[in-house]
Amino acid sequence: MTIELKEKPPLGRVVVITSGKGGVGKTTSAAAVSAGLAKQGHKTVVIDFDVGLRNLDMTMGCERRVVFDFINVIQGDARLKQALIRDKRLDTLSILPTSQTRDKDALTKEGVEKVLDELKQEFDYIVCDSPAGIEHGAQMAMYFADEAVVVTNPEVSSVRDSDRVLGLLSSQTKRAETEGAEPVKAQVLITRHDRTRVESGEMMTVEDVLEILAVPLLGVIPESQAILRASNIGTPVVLDGPSAAAKAYEDAVSRLTGTDVEMRIESERRPNLLHRLFGRAS
Amino acid sequence: MNLFSFARKPRRARTADTAKDRLQILLAHERSGTGTGEASYLPKLQKDIVAAIRKYVAIGDDDVEVRMERGDQMSSLEINIDLPQAEAGGKAEAAKSGSKAAAKA
Repeated sequence: MTIELKEKPPLGRVVVITSGKGGVGKTTSAAAVSAGLAKQGHKTVVIDFDVGLRNLDMTMGCERRVVFDFINVIQGDARLKQALIRDKRLDTLSILPTSQTRDKDALTKEGVEKVLDELKQEFDYIVCDSPAGIEHGAQMAMYFADEAVVVTNPEVSSVRDSDRVLGLLSSQTKRAETEGAEPVKAQVLITRHDRTRVESGEMMTVEDVLEILAVPLLGVIPESQAILRASNIGTPVVLDGPSAAAKAYEDAVSRLTGTDVEMRIESERRPNLLHRLFGRAS
Repeated sequence: MNLFSFARKPRRARTADTAKDRLQILLAHERSGTGTGEASYLPKLQKDIVAAIRKYVAIGDDDVEVRMERGDQMSSLEINIDLPQAEAGGKAEAAKSGSKAAAKA
């Protein structure tokens, strides 16, 4: 069975993690989703498209192993195999870091396509971590996508920017420009969801956000201390012990691969009455 | 949160509903436009109005002001034209005519 799986040609599916707004959890989600896919046995590579502001390497904990990068490969200064960093925890996971010194114009459409085509020969999932904004870097990250994960916080500016990005996905991508092609399959991933604040009417509900954006829901990631802890130690949250956030990411990953998983809106354990009375000392 | 914050805690409005309403109104406009949320025809409209008035009155490029206000039920388009003193039928004071056009959103 395992041998059979390994001999199947790679799926070669390009998934962009995007949002428009910065700071909503794109890189955290790109790390968690790619590690989750790899954990389930899919050969996965995650690419950092944020040229000049490299951060995926830190989130993945491989910042000291970067020799060559994505831009070196595009410009022909290094071969793809030299630039790919094999994850130490999962042998199905690779990271393609970006350059810290060049500017985003180094990303050419032809160059990106060539690298993606080469990666499709080997990987099932190619996860593209988009920079914030809707400029060149973000456009390059989404252009060749088959699927999109639009990371959204239940907050007005994030939802507005997600709406813009959804518009771009349906007009400024290769699939949109190719006659007869299926459109990019876009799904929303709600992050930093706080059940307590939703219940008290301070935060928009999942239903509110979905009603506005009108795209399917990939998952709901609760606000969680596990996220910062994982990023502190350079480990994708799904590989760092059990937490509600990790569970929610794992469910989202299953849905991404086409498995039907019941939608649960998790939250980290609420502080108990004693904590609430006397304050959270720690 | 401590013992005293229970007593202090003010009764908050359900601001999430406000957030949702604001987004729905804004995005309805942004989606119907060119995608940027701006009414892209406004600069062109301004130019055409200036050209039309210039057939009769000598006005400058900046003498026509076009403004738009988008609301929930109604959107209003406000056009202000500053007419030069000499052309305003010899009246001493500057004439300012305002016209307001309203369109259902």
